[in-house]
Amino acid sequence: MNAALAIIALFFVVAVALALLARRGHEMSLEQWSLGGRGFGAIFVFLLMAGEIYTTFTFLGGSGWAYGRGAPALYILCYAAVAYCMSYFLLPAIWRFARERRLVSQADFFVEKYESRALGVLVAAVSVAALVPYLVLQLKGLGIIVSEASYGSVRPAAAVWAGAIGLIVYVVISGVRGSAWTAALKDIMIFGVAVGIGIYLPLHYYGSYGEMFARIEAAKPGFFTLPDRGSSPAWFISTVLLSGLGFYMWPQYFASVYTAKSEDVFRKNAMVLPLYQLVVLFVFFTGFAAVLVVPGLTGTDADLSLLRISRETFSAPMLGLIGAAGLLTALVPGSMILISAATILAQNVFRPLTKGMNDRQVSVLARALVPAIALVAVLLTLRGGSAIVNLLLMGYNLVTQLFPAVILSLGRRRVATAAGAFAGIVAGEATVAYISFSGTSLASLLPGAPEAVKDLNVGIVALIVNVAVFALVTLATRGRTVSRPAGDIVAMPAADVDR
Amino acid sequence: MATPTEPRTLPLRFRAYHWLALVPPIGMLGGVPFANRVHTLVLGLPFLLLWIVVWVVLAAGCMVLLYALDHRAAPDERSRE
Repeated sequence: MNAALAIIALFFVVAVALALLARRGHEMSLEQWSLGGRGFGAIFVFLLMAGEIYTTFTFLGGSGWAYGRGAPALYILCYAAVAYCMSYFLLPAIWRFARERRLVSQADFFVEKYESRALGVLVAAVSVAALVPYLVLQLKGLGIIVSEASYGSVRPAAAVWAGAIGLIVYVVISGVRGSAWTAALKDIMIFGVAVGIGIYLPLHYYGSYGEMFARIEAAKPGFFTLPDRGSSPAWFISTVLLSGLGFYMWPQYFASVYTAKSEDVFRKNAMVLPLYQLVVLFVFFTGFAAVLVVPGLTGTDADLSLLRISRETFSAPMLGLIGAAGLLTALVPGSMILISAATILAQNVFRPLTKGMNDRQVSVLARALVPAIALVAVLLTLRGGSAIVNLLLMGYNLVTQLFPAVILSLGRRRVATAAGAFAGIVAGEATVAYISFSGTSLASLLPGAPEAVKDLNVGIVALIVNVAVFALVTLATRGRTVSRPAGDIVAMPAADVDR
Repeated sequence: MATPTEPRTLPLRFRAYHWLALVPPIGMLGGVPFANRVHTLVLGLPFLLLWIVVWVVLAAGCMVLLYALDHRAAPDERSRE
């Protein structure tokens, strides 16, 4: 075993141990397991929310985009900032309702707001369709990181299995408390390691940041500006807006809102998170530094740029620390995804199917589902073909389709009907699926349109279809909901809530 | 500045300065087409990169300002634990 692998293994053991310790003194009811008993203060909520900024996608993909594409990578820095500005108002509103109704999952929010269990099942299906590929992405990243950082001495498949088993153990036992505690370790590592190498590498190879940018610009003119076509400013702005709207629609982050003990937690976080996400900048710096140091990585290999330049530069123990940081960026979001997917399946799919399950049984079922979901993800990671890649690309667009139904439900008066929300989401998701699998773009839809329109992110089409159908069906069904207070056409009896 | 006609169900009422939250997204994204035309390095950084980083910092600043204003407007509303 080399030094790098030993360090990675050590951090893995520490992370799992920390997560197991997190359980101490807490009875694991469903509310404790998936929401930490709704008692998290600003720091724990910060740790969970910072999880989204630092997944393996940011670690490998952020540096990979910076390395392979240059300026378009900056969208990653922008969309979170947009989401945080929105979070100041959005999250307290979601939190208040969730607390009042004791919601456990994101799908619960829809069930209660629209008084429709059918809508809950639909949202649950969307959630799982987006979450499983996202978990696969984390596991794939974990495999790559451990394999590269151990100089190839561990095969990716072995790393994926080990990572998944560790995840299962700590998620089943400690739930979201385990995620929060390991997130603390992760953030320390990210600050020390990702920021550290982002500062060091440009200085080491180029002498100064200015020199690095000047030399890359000389070698690749226009690398640091958006191109006129393709990833143009129109693409950039539309992608940032779509991703910003979808940011909190991910089920695991939506549910992490429920863990807070007060709504002030979110306003405090809105002040800190924009600054915290500047750590992504240093991941970009690493990717930029790699452009002239380890040239020639093309396509998906660009995602290896951070690890390759680290291998070129550092000794084995330092590479081990980088690998450990990368491992944690997979474990923390991975654990939140597992908890979310299991909670949603138990609470919003199985519970309505089998009448009379109590909270305790749902809790047991949710934890029993964790290994099953993890196994599916491992198999897809190891055997998955191109379909899974399509699902991954769809993920953000899938969850963004939930945004109109959430926003329209927050007002004091109910403006939208359950049937409208249901139809809007179905139409939006169907459009996303069609667009993704057929490879449609706005350029192919509107060949005669100006360049700026052609470059718009095609996800906008799905959102427009969603809102249009939502509005039409709402208008058509509105009178009926008012005259039938117990529920509308897709609603189950409102009295079914046994929480 | 607070209008007492609003129902008490919403712990934080909408106030005119809440529009402040729209400033960072609009400023940051609205400026992208223009910032993108600058091809020289400014302070050793590509201008688009610098533009975005400055706006991310300003976004945090706007949130701090909002928080402070909300706190002043209704100190009782924000610390209900």
